[in-house]
Amino acid sequence: MKVNGVERPSPVDPRRLLSDFLRHDLGLTGTHVGCEHGVCGCCTVLLDGAPVRSCLMLAVQAEGHDLTTIEGLARDGSPLHPVQQAFHETHGLQCGFCTPGFVMSVVGLLAQHPNPTPEEIDEGIAGNLCRCTGYASIRRAVSRAAELSK
Amino acid sequence: MKPPPFEYHAPSTVEEACSLLASLEDAKVLAGGQSLIPLLNFRLARPAHLIDINRVTGLGRIYERDGGVAVQALVRQAAVEDSDVVARVCPLLTDAIQLVAHRVIRNRGTVCGSLAHADPASELPAVLLALSGQVVARSAKGQRTIGAEEFFKGVFETALAPDEMVVEAWFPASAKPYAIYEESRRHGDFALAGVVRATDRLALFGVAGTPVLADPRDPAKGLEPSGDLEATREFRLHLVRVLVEKAMAA
Repeated sequence: MKVNGVERPSPVDPRRLLSDFLRHDLGLTGTHVGCEHGVCGCCTVLLDGAPVRSCLMLAVQAEGHDLTTIEGLARDGSPLHPVQQAFHETHGLQCGFCTPGFVMSVVGLLAQHPNPTPEEIDEGIAGNLCRCTGYASIRRAVSRAAELSK
Repeated sequence: MKPPPFEYHAPSTVEEACSLLASLEDAKVLAGGQSLIPLLNFRLARPAHLIDINRVTGLGRIYERDGGVAVQALVRQAAVEDSDVVARVCPLLTDAIQLVAHRVIRNRGTVCGSLAHADPASELPAVLLALSGQVVARSAKGQRTIGAEEFFKGVFETALAPDEMVVEAWFPASAKPYAIYEESRRHGDFALAGVVRATDRLALFGVAGTPVLADPRDPAKGLEPSGDLEATREFRLHLVRVLVEKAMAA
């Protein structure tokens, strides 16, 4: 499988979750693990461009696919990805735990709806839980990200 | 919160998957995994073998047949949501699919998987029942078609034999009027109660061990929904009456 453009060795243990493979075996700890049953959205990554929960996939299932994690959006030294920039500008993050998952979900949302309506924004972030920032500024971040992505 | 050990199999054809199902004891089919992997993580399921069908070829189509639309086993819910064929032939399914969890889950989850999982609070089994749809099951012995009314047997229980897998679901065209309404505590959660209307047929979900057909004039008749932290029995019955009224006005 390719992770952020780099070919990676196959996972050894079939029961290894993709989230754990990314964090423990590849050291890509930007993908956060909250609930491990698909509710919180913190572990969201892009599988062939579409956001998925990495805690609800076995790592072996990603063989032959392209993965993008939060580390893959902006390389060291390069400018932030528009979605990251938007979260930064609008105070879309506070403690930051849920942020990687939100950012990856919003990347997927904007790919599907480049000019999202308020309803589409709510729908698009409904699968991610935030317990401190508050959704109002995250909504603003999504609108700003849509502007920045043009 | 990690899956227990299992032996992993990744067949590349339906025949290979069926012969594995026939020869292995205690095997589970893994498709989208959006229900099965949480069950593994919680260790509520501990199958000895997992048969991952994601590499099986020839199970990825949505197509029209017999006055309805067929959805094969590896079609993701998001693909059904975006499908022009589904929107034209069975718009009820398009409406229903948007109530299934969240887009990120639907990117991975499958329609056939939802049916085979048979969660009593899930939308798609009720849609299949309201429309009198069918499930096509395959085993090493052959193929059979199971009507929705015979398919759902109990909580997480279907008419599938241990050596069978769902290869296709068939949804008849949805004529007007049709509607789906549900009530849940949080957007995208399982419904406390829900109703699907397909012309004069009503199916309820979340209020019994399986989706159930209901009489529009007295939809709560004979229902004994369970009460839990999210909703009492009485509240669920109240929701049934309100949601049915709304559906009948559609």
